[in-house]
Amino acid sequence: MRKLVTSVLAGIGLTLACGTSVYAQEKSLTIFWAEWDPANYLQELGNEYEKETGVKITVETTPWSDFQTKAFTEFNAHGDAYDLVVGDSQWLGAGSTGGHYVDLTDFFKKHDLGNVMAPATVKYYAEYPGNSGKYWAIPLEGDAVGWSYRKDWFEDPKEKEAFKAKYGYDLDVPKDFKALRDIAEFFHRPDQKRYGIAIYTDNSYDAMAMGFENALFSYGGELGDYTTYKVDGHINSDKAVAALDAYKELYKFTPPGWAKSFFVEDNQAITENLAAMSMNFFAFFPSLINEASNPNAKNTGFFANPPGPNGDQFAALGGQGISVISYSQKQEEAMKFLEWFIKDETQKKWAALGGYTCSQAVLKSPEFQNATPYNKAFYETMFKVKDFWAVPEYAELLQQLNQRVYPYIIGGSGTAKETLDALAGDWNATFKKYGRGQ
Amino acid sequence: MATTMITTLDRSSRAAARGLSDISIRNLFIIPTVLFLIVFNIFPLIYSLGYSFTDFRASTNAPANFVGLQSYRDLLNDPYVWSNFAITAKYVIVSVVGQLLVGFGVAMLLNRDIPLKGLITTLLLLPMMLSMAVVGLFWKLLYDPSWGVINYALGLGNFEWLADPKMALYAVALTDIWMWSPFVMLLSLAGLSAVPKHLYEAAAIDRAGPFYTFFRITLPLVAPILMIAVIFRTMEAFKTFDLAYILTSQPTAELISIRLYKMAFQEWQTGRSCAMAYIVLIMVLAITNIYVKYLNKVKER
Repeated sequence: MRKLVTSVLAGIGLTLACGTSVYAQEKSLTIFWAEWDPANYLQELGNEYEKETGVKITVETTPWSDFQTKAFTEFNAHGDAYDLVVGDSQWLGAGSTGGHYVDLTDFFKKHDLGNVMAPATVKYYAEYPGNSGKYWAIPLEGDAVGWSYRKDWFEDPKEKEAFKAKYGYDLDVPKDFKALRDIAEFFHRPDQKRYGIAIYTDNSYDAMAMGFENALFSYGGELGDYTTYKVDGHINSDKAVAALDAYKELYKFTPPGWAKSFFVEDNQAITENLAAMSMNFFAFFPSLINEASNPNAKNTGFFANPPGPNGDQFAALGGQGISVISYSQKQEEAMKFLEWFIKDETQKKWAALGGYTCSQAVLKSPEFQNATPYNKAFYETMFKVKDFWAVPEYAELLQQLNQRVYPYIIGGSGTAKETLDALAGDWNATFKKYGRGQ
Repeated sequence: MATTMITTLDRSSRAAARGLSDISIRNLFIIPTVLFLIVFNIFPLIYSLGYSFTDFRASTNAPANFVGLQSYRDLLNDPYVWSNFAITAKYVIVSVVGQLLVGFGVAMLLNRDIPLKGLITTLLLLPMMLSMAVVGLFWKLLYDPSWGVINYALGLGNFEWLADPKMALYAVALTDIWMWSPFVMLLSLAGLSAVPKHLYEAAAIDRAGPFYTFFRITLPLVAPILMIAVIFRTMEAFKTFDLAYILTSQPTAELISIRLYKMAFQEWQTGRSCAMAYIVLIMVLAITNIYVKYLNKVKER
């Protein structure tokens, strides 16, 4: 019995000791993000901050597939588990109008971030509603869709000769969407288990939308007018119809079973010798130049999303801004961290760690552009990106896009015009339901 | 003796020594369960009924507006929702019928004296001991057109089980049949072993054929327990989520529970998804009631 009492007492003592040591370090911040490499880089950056200030930064992560659900469950419950969140660009509407994000307009103006950060990142990661001058996030991780390709396949003299004979021009990094299609067709050889191209097709979140947007924006099409919410004549315009057909055409040259693919599968297409070209967010390119994760690292090249038939060149925007959560008990501490984060030298460190900075000064510096084989393509892309709707009901709009576009691209049902007309109808109804732009 | 042990307390037990009466022990066991049910089942059930008449969105701070039956009306007029229901019905029929055929067939095979019967039965039960999500991930690999074992074994080349809009739902149902046939088998085995042997002997003396014996003796006597298996599997198949969600994203395989999940936790249409959940609940209740009525009839015979 005495032994038991002693051990219980010892246990209580130990718990108290641990408790007090946690207490001693009360200055800490928790940042919530998705589980991927940039989150690890942010943790490293956070460790630097701890060295300088003594405030401990913890980056908590969850897999991409339930990032949105988990974050909003916490917001909806007004929980203070996280002090900051690196939220997806589409969340701005829901985060700001739902009262989950702290208004950062004054902070933004005080530090003139509108001119410090690249314009597209300010517009899509920070401002809501569009052109309102109200800011809810600090651009943290710039991202957009680019392409990787097999340099060794492209540079093979035999392939070059055969390509020129068939298409009448030189095999090279595609100059436009037509060349992209031709090269995909050229390398599509199912009998050799080699395929032309890897694109996004997953319809569970925004993969399909991001993939289709690359074609849509470069063809000169638009999703709609972001200030008036008018979609007729935009999403179902002739340009948009041509873009949808172009994207469907690319699907013909994908590896077998390519009907639920997103960033993991598209990187596998390169590492597993499946495809000649692969669409992916720049954030996933670091693992492609790493020989440990890509046996073809030396033979992998990169290019920006090519222009469409009229010379327009845009790409779908990914990336995230960092926001302060309004239920956090440590908002002041969080603001101090943001002040440190936007400093030029911090942004340089962030880029050196592997983060995609949005700071114009760093982006334009030659040392950034020459640091990796894809940084230059990233810099070029970040000044011509467009994003999906950021209204609070964006998830419904995404779902409607998936419901209409997926069966057309994968299942081949209906025509492109019918598909996009129906989508315009769905979106009109949704905007009407929420009283927008009527 | 046995009954006294169940209804009254053993006088020499520690509980009796502490002065606990039968009633207090009963309460000790029942009250927590009832409380748990009320807090986690009954209360949310009623609360969500209230939400289903509003346009409440959990993702905003905006107050919920009363919209009456609007959500129910919209949902029942939505062709996508109806197609989700049609898909679910197809899935339930294919997967439950498949499980019955396979499960009952295997039980018939096992219902005799064979060596290692216990071991074989246990091994056959393994699939249903796995987690649904794990089964989904495994079968996704098995179905893979490039390196999947199934195409390799059947010599199907690059056949796209999960990417083919027509095949995807059957591929999910096939996985479900693989996983849950053992459950039907287990119940059927229990039913089969309870059939009195003398009935078969009498049938044999009367020179009844195997088909006659099966349809007149085996099936009627096993029917009640088979009905219970059907009820369980129908309810489970109706709410299948994880398996289908992991295996495929084909719209032709979007079960009602997947639509409900997307509506509730991706689009955050809380009010509308509550209404949808109620529609599903009423359907499951109706189907189960038909079964239970039928089960009682079978038992009466």
